[in-house]
Amino acid sequence: MAPLINWVLEPLQYAFMLRGLAAAVLVGIVCAVVGTYVVLRGMAFFGDALAHTILPGVALGYLVSGGARETLFWWALGTSVIAALGIGAISKNSQVKEDTAIGIIFAGMFALGIALISTVRSYAVDLSHFLFGDVLSVSTGSLWLILIFGGLVLLTLAAFYKEFLTLSFDPILAVTLRLPVGLLNNLLLALIAVTIAVSLQTVGVALMVAMLVTPAATAYLLTHRLPVMMALAALFASLSGVIGLYLSYYLSIASGAAIVLTATAFFLLVFLGKRIRGTLSF
Amino acid sequence: MYPHNNHLDNQPILDVHRLSVRYNGRFALEDISFHLHAGEHVAVVGPNGAGKSTLFKVVAGVLPPTSGEVNIFGSMPRGHVCIAYIPQRSQVDWNFPVNVADVVMMGRIAKLGPLSWPKKRDWDLVHQSLQIVELDTLAKRQIGELSGGQQQRMFIARALAQEAELMLMDEPLTGLDAPSQESILSLLDELQRQNVTVMVATHDLEQAAQHFDRIMLLNHRLIGFGTPDEVLQTEKLIQAYGGRLRPVDGENILTVDDCCDEGENHGPAH
Repeated sequence: MAPLINWVLEPLQYAFMLRGLAAAVLVGIVCAVVGTYVVLRGMAFFGDALAHTILPGVALGYLVSGGARETLFWWALGTSVIAALGIGAISKNSQVKEDTAIGIIFAGMFALGIALISTVRSYAVDLSHFLFGDVLSVSTGSLWLILIFGGLVLLTLAAFYKEFLTLSFDPILAVTLRLPVGLLNNLLLALIAVTIAVSLQTVGVALMVAMLVTPAATAYLLTHRLPVMMALAALFASLSGVIGLYLSYYLSIASGAAIVLTATAFFLLVFLGKRIRGTLSF
Repeated sequence: MYPHNNHLDNQPILDVHRLSVRYNGRFALEDISFHLHAGEHVAVVGPNGAGKSTLFKVVAGVLPPTSGEVNIFGSMPRGHVCIAYIPQRSQVDWNFPVNVADVVMMGRIAKLGPLSWPKKRDWDLVHQSLQIVELDTLAKRQIGELSGGQQQRMFIARALAQEAELMLMDEPLTGLDAPSQESILSLLDELQRQNVTVMVATHDLEQAAQHFDRIMLLNHRLIGFGTPDEVLQTEKLIQAYGGRLRPVDGENILTVDDCCDEGENHGPAH
């Protein structure tokens, strides 16, 4: 017993590890709950694209502030919300198909971000932090921002629960009930955008889509009720955060990658377990 | 929840005036005018792509008309919540993580308003509606576990919970076995007793003639609108169905060579 307890406790003596765990769990919960709608509405590509699209904003903030990390959240938040509403508007009114339009914007913006960062000498290291996250360098200030903005996202989702549910299941009903459909759609896009800004430091832009999609998809295999799906997704995501960070600590692998790999392992376990046991439902 | 006595007897519940809808330069609906009175049951028939779903979506306020007007009780459709559009079953994501009662409760949310949760009266209405369609024992079932007829009845329950006065049903009988069709048709009779106005898109001319007061024959234009005897005449049917209509046994019986599985889809409905 004692070795196991030591194994668990040892990393906890480091303040950066405690902050990292707190960030991973908080981000995991927010991503998973928002991700439930991303999965149900088939918005995985949009989420992935949006995460990549914020890179030039983050890069600009990085150049302006001379490398300071603290202000990056605000740059990420601003770019993310503008990009989300922009992609939403363009994909609706475009003569190009929606996924093509998203693809063009996403790749172009991503390239712009890389170009901006490449003007700095320590280019490779900084770029990899934006792409893949750096949860172990989360400061107390960043943790507060994650808590406040993540909390706001969850509160908004709870407040408009029945509207988002109806809009996602039957958009025509939402219109005949005279719900403000355009407003609600944009609100959901904005919530995904805030979630991405909040998660930037934990998993980075390249792995973001995994946090949005994988835990929610795992939960979707196990339940037929939306509230249960949200709760299970949050559970899988926070477990992935904790287990992933321990793996990162002991095996010296990149933290963002370890978290995503753990979440993927959960998905595969549930997927295969369900296959083997035939039906398994809550 | 019924009957609704809040409109005048002689005033039409639905008045459509010179309605046209164009997609990509082609008319989906052209110059359609008609009106319905409260409690009337109308079957809307016509070939695939005739514009039946489009007509329903315009009446429901989901699609804007290119020209013309749709008035419900004399007010514009966007101002009203008493219309229920019941989708074709093929247009629904049956794997969505909701149960039967969840879906029926969705009919209540406009009346609930923002930032409020269903109250006892709302749950009572949901269960009453489920009782009317005889699904109260299946309230907790995931919607994908229902049979086709049960799925259709669930949507009728949702329209009841919505306290809809005008129900637009897009091919509710398509793909159902005979007993399920019968149970839907007897539900329609029950709705008529409660003075609910119903428009049903269907492919079955015989059923339309047997169970509905009036038949609307549609092929982009309004070809006929009246009692089954008035509308189901050879020349009108040929006008609507063209080459897809085949006379059998001389002149009295006609069969329609029409595939009814694919339905109509006129692009995204947001």
